[in-house]
Amino acid sequence: MTFLSVSNVHHTYFSSKTATEALSDINLTIDQGEFVSFIGPSGCGKTTLLSILAGLFPPTAGKVQIEEQDIMKNADLSIGYMLQQDYLFPWKTIEENVTLGLKLLNNNREASNELASKLLKDVGLPPVEKKYPRELSGGMRQRVALARTLAVDPKILLLDEPFSALDYQSKLKLEDLVHKLMKEYGKTAVLVTHDIGEAIAMSDRIFLFSARPGRLYQTFEVPEELRRLTPFEARAHSSYSSLFQIIWKELEGLEHQQTS
Amino acid sequence: MNINKLHEEYKANIRKEKRWVRFYQLLILVSFFVLWEVASSLRWIDQLIFSAPSKIGQLFVEKIADNSLIYHTSYTLFETVLGFILGTLVGTILAAILWWSPFLSKVLDPYLVVLNSMPKVALGPILIVALGPGMSSIITMGALISVIISTIVIYTAFRTVDSNYLKVLQTFRASRSQMFKEAILPASFPTIISTLKVNVGLAWVGVIVGEFLVSSQGLGYLIIYGFQVFNFNLVLLSLLVIAIFATIMYQVVELLEKKLIKSE
Ligand SMILES: Nc1ncnc2c1ncn2[C@@H]1O[C@H](COP(=O)(O)OP(=O)(O)OP(=O)(O)O)[C@@H](O)[C@H]1O
Ligand SMILES: [Mg+2]
Repeated sequence: MTFLSVSNVHHTYFSSKTATEALSDINLTIDQGEFVSFIGPSGCGKTTLLSILAGLFPPTAGKVQIEEQDIMKNADLSIGYMLQQDYLFPWKTIEENVTLGLKLLNNNREASNELASKLLKDVGLPPVEKKYPRELSGGMRQRVALARTLAVDPKILLLDEPFSALDYQSKLKLEDLVHKLMKEYGKTAVLVTHDIGEAIAMSDRIFLFSARPGRLYQTFEVPEELRRLTPFEARAHSSYSSLFQIIWKELEGLEHQQTS
Repeated sequence: MNINKLHEEYKANIRKEKRWVRFYQLLILVSFFVLWEVASSLRWIDQLIFSAPSKIGQLFVEKIADNSLIYHTSYTLFETVLGFILGTLVGTILAAILWWSPFLSKVLDPYLVVLNSMPKVALGPILIVALGPGMSSIITMGALISVIISTIVIYTAFRTVDSNYLKVLQTFRASRSQMFKEAILPASFPTIISTLKVNVGLAWVGVIVGEFLVSSQGLGYLIIYGFQVFNFNLVLLSLLVIAIFATIMYQVVELLEKKLIKSE
């Protein structure tokens, strides 16, 4: 069942001197509960597309719908957007950070705090509710950011290179965690990444974009046997490396086109 | 190696250094007054102009006894605290309005620059005529002197808050006032506090000049009066009182800083 549809989306950034065409004629659909990845050369408009999906600004042209409703017009729609850095509010405790979205929606304080404790446990953190973000390591902070995003029970999770600022080990652990939680909660997720391996290990489908202006260049289905595995196990599977080679070549080809 | 012992040593060293710093600070203070007294009694400096700590002390006792010092000091203190609070508060509110409406802020930009570069104390005579030669014009002066610079500095802080915090809030569908309350204002607390620190000094300038002009009550009046009757004991006594209270106000702001900025 189609959950999210992007039709004929164009986006151009205007400034007084220049007009930068970031996205051109993007059409794609994502199913309910599906995990997809966006990959492509730097500057091809992945963040732009994700911001549009998050409803941060409308596209210059085209339509984005979630469950057949225009996202800009649907004010109740909750979307989880996780940025490359955690952007935890340094002046709030971990608990206040996690319950931020609930507070803005005027939810009951005690119920929110209870949910926060549960979510912190779910993302694999010890009780750190009363601490401040600066007392936590980078990996722990990114877990808190994940808990904050999940707290409002979003219909869709948008992840913009959320693991790229982490060390390799934390990154692998968090991949497994996010993958597990998405499947458990049955959430639809979009991941932007520079890491082909991460895209293969985590997603059901991979969208490859070409640059300047960003277009949807190719779509890859991740084979069934990989999808069943956790990202960590998938990285060790034999079909992983063959798909990796294919995508790598395509990406290389794209970057050659750009330089020549 | 014993970590505990090393840590104890480290702490002892810090304490020792702190004691020496305090010692030298005290030494400077005491020698300043002693030197002043000696220089004055040996006539190295003109007693009439520079007075002497003992004379100021005498005068202090007298003025405390007839209650006039406390009267004038409390008058000035009240004006300064009020001018200071008003200046910062109005400055913050104006900054919030500018943040709220980027269009308005563009329109007002050149006027802010003009108002900021103008010496506010020059408005004193006009204020006194408009508001009457009393407390209200002095308080206005204390506030006016700091309000525009506070507005500019705090508004700049509001604008430079990392927009990614706003993005996070936007995904939670926060309204503009929620964004202000949850991100803009708390992220700018450090700037607001440092503005407070500057404003302590500015408010004293505004109020003392105001009292010079109105010349009826307060420490500023005592200074002007002492000057006119050539009683420099009185001028210096007032100056010392100002120095003490300005320092206390500054300390209160620092206390507030520790309370407000717990995350750092
Ligand atoms: N706010 C903006 N104003 C003007 N141009 C922008 C803005 N944001 C992005 N762009 C331009 O739009 C294009 C796409 O940017 P975008 O950030 O979406 O790329 P990206 O695929 O996320 O890149 P990366 O992989 O480096 O994160 C780039 O050429 C960029 O310079
Ligand atoms: Mg990006």
